Amino acid sequence: MAEATYLEAIRQGLFEEMERDPSVFCMGEDIGAYGGAFKVTEGLLDRFGAERVIDTPISETGFVGAAAGAAHMGMRPVCEMQFIDFVSCAYSILTNYVATARYRAMLPCPMVVRGPSGGYVRGGPFHSQNPEAAFLHTPGLKIVYPATASDAKGLLKSAIRDDDCVLFFEHKYLYRRIKETLPEGDVVVPIGKARLAREGRDLSIITYAATVWKALEAAEQLEREDGLSVEVLDLRSLLPMDDDAIVATVKKTNRVLVVHEDTVTGGIAGEITARINELAFEWLDAPVRRVAAHDVPLPYAPPLEDFVLPQTLDIVRAARWLAAY
Amino acid sequence: MAVTSTLASDPAVRADLSRDQLLDLYYWMRLTRLLEERLVNLYRQTKVVGGLFRSLGQEACAVGSAYALRPEDVLSPLIRNLGSMLVKGATPLEVLRQYMAKGDSPTRGRELNIHFGDVTERNFIGQISHLGDMVPVMAGVTLTFKMRKQPRVGLVYVGDGATSTGAFHEGINFAAVQRCPLVVVVENNRYAYSTPTSKQCAAERLADKAAGYGIPGLRADGNDVVAVYEVTRDAVARARRGDGVTLVELMTYRRKGHAEHDNQSYVPAGEIDRWARDNDPIDRYVARLTGAAGVDPGELEAIDARVRAEVDDATDVAEKSPPPEPRDCLVGIYADPPEAPALWYREGIRSAVDRHERPASWGTHDG
Repeated sequence: MAEATYLEAIRQGLFEEMERDPSVFCMGEDIGAYGGAFKVTEGLLDRFGAERVIDTPISETGFVGAAAGAAHMGMRPVCEMQFIDFVSCAYSILTNYVATARYRAMLPCPMVVRGPSGGYVRGGPFHSQNPEAAFLHTPGLKIVYPATASDAKGLLKSAIRDDDCVLFFEHKYLYRRIKETLPEGDVVVPIGKARLAREGRDLSIITYAATVWKALEAAEQLEREDGLSVEVLDLRSLLPMDDDAIVATVKKTNRVLVVHEDTVTGGIAGEITARINELAFEWLDAPVRRVAAHDVPLPYAPPLEDFVLPQTLDIVRAARWLAAY
Repeated sequence: MAVTSTLASDPAVRADLSRDQLLDLYYWMRLTRLLEERLVNLYRQTKVVGGLFRSLGQEACAVGSAYALRPEDVLSPLIRNLGSMLVKGATPLEVLRQYMAKGDSPTRGRELNIHFGDVTERNFIGQISHLGDMVPVMAGVTLTFKMRKQPRVGLVYVGDGATSTGAFHEGINFAAVQRCPLVVVVENNRYAYSTPTSKQCAAERLADKAAGYGIPGLRADGNDVVAVYEVTRDAVARARRGDGVTLVELMTYRRKGHAEHDNQSYVPAGEIDRWARDNDPIDRYVARLTGAAGVDPGELEAIDARVRAEVDDATDVAEKSPPPEPRDCLVGIYADPPEAPALWYREGIRSAVDRHERPASWGTHDG
């Protein structure tokens, strides 16, 4: 089987799920004839028609709300945010309406909201965001953020088949930069299970999305230059979070670095740190440390963006500090 | 205000509504009013544990519009639409249990008042408090009817206040573009909490907003139940034909405060009394039924007695309903997992300590 990029894997996932289940349909801005801002939905209109590949007005509240209504009626809509930065326009209806539907009204709401996320692409403050932490605090939502092409495809299938709303974050830096040979057949990656991206003994890096690759680069450098054996845990799912995998890696290495691309204050690393504190405090040999973005809106110019976002060398430096503690 | 309705004795109305149906409309309005009066009693006895929202003076809007729907059509009520929900099959017992936060209420004590629904049999959807949000949701419900080529229609209510929200705009625009079989009813009761419609919107007529979406905007006397029925019936028929969305503005008046606690100090003196005296939807309808339609007043009194007995019986049952089991609050946030765990300190400190796995001593250990 040919190699597929992260983007192609997502497109394959959409195609296969729409083929498999006629209740699956897509909505979003410019996703039809144009194929989406990043061409994720290219070819969908030709294959499935305008009834199932719907170009919407510029109204995230409008079509996310419409997705909820359709989901109540037994459909499985997939909404594309043209950039995930715009999901904040639908924040109220997602957190107040969609997330509470099952609990307060016994209304099923199986739907997916997906979109290109993240920085390192010179996108500036409104085409680079990582808003996952804003939704982690909302019971009723699920959140996934894959780092590999096969996870992107397998998690998208799980998200579409899930009976609740799943926010599916796609890292646009990874869209065309990584590729792999995808497993044959209908392979589903379960929501809520982390992936051990690299085994190690001396310290653990817990991360997700694009920084998984930076952590892996850092791990190689640390092995080469310092002789350190670094474990990398790719969370893949943020809500629910795989506590068992987190505790297992803490018990194994006793030193933990939590890395993400989102800003540090109120970021998911804080939640992970709290869980480690509650579940495995006595297994630690050093304080849990965070490597994340500086608390600033993401600037455009390369020297600025590179300073704000966590880089491989930042992870290396932090890991050395942790190893020496 | 121009009264646009026709009399019940007019041929057009007679052709559409039978005598039994005309009495039906009276029954639903009377039930709405009496059930709310009962809720006021229970509220004063502190048996209604949250706020109480009345639709006094607006019963014709709710009942007349919902009466134009078929059982398979889906309705999305607002807080002043108790009457619509009753027409759609909600029972007084359900409403009383909801208000009294009972464990066997439709939402098992999770939601308040008339925030509940049933999309499997009776086809009405539980609203949320964020005004306007139900418009995009109903756009999606009716988009599904269109996709499945089902001859079903949706009806969503908003107030004058909600027409100012972004969600209203985005939802009605989406539905109009997609030609969804949707009727959007704007119940203009002149106040959004304390804010008069003149401070909500500079347009003279909210129905004129329809022009901006390329859809028809109709307006009717919301205190004339037959006029409400007729205008809704026409909009519903248009939706069912595949001609898309209609905006219907119903002119009415909110005679009680936003909720029972609201003393309405912001209302000009005499305004409420004037509406109560001159334009009560039930009084107007009784005059029409016993006048032009030739209904014997005794028949209406018999309906009143029936309504009273129904509400009495439902109250007796609801008062005996148990409160929810506290731990039920953890159930059903997701389909999977079906239940959330209780936080550790609720399990008892001792058991939490016992279960907490610790290494033999502090520091590095072999995993």
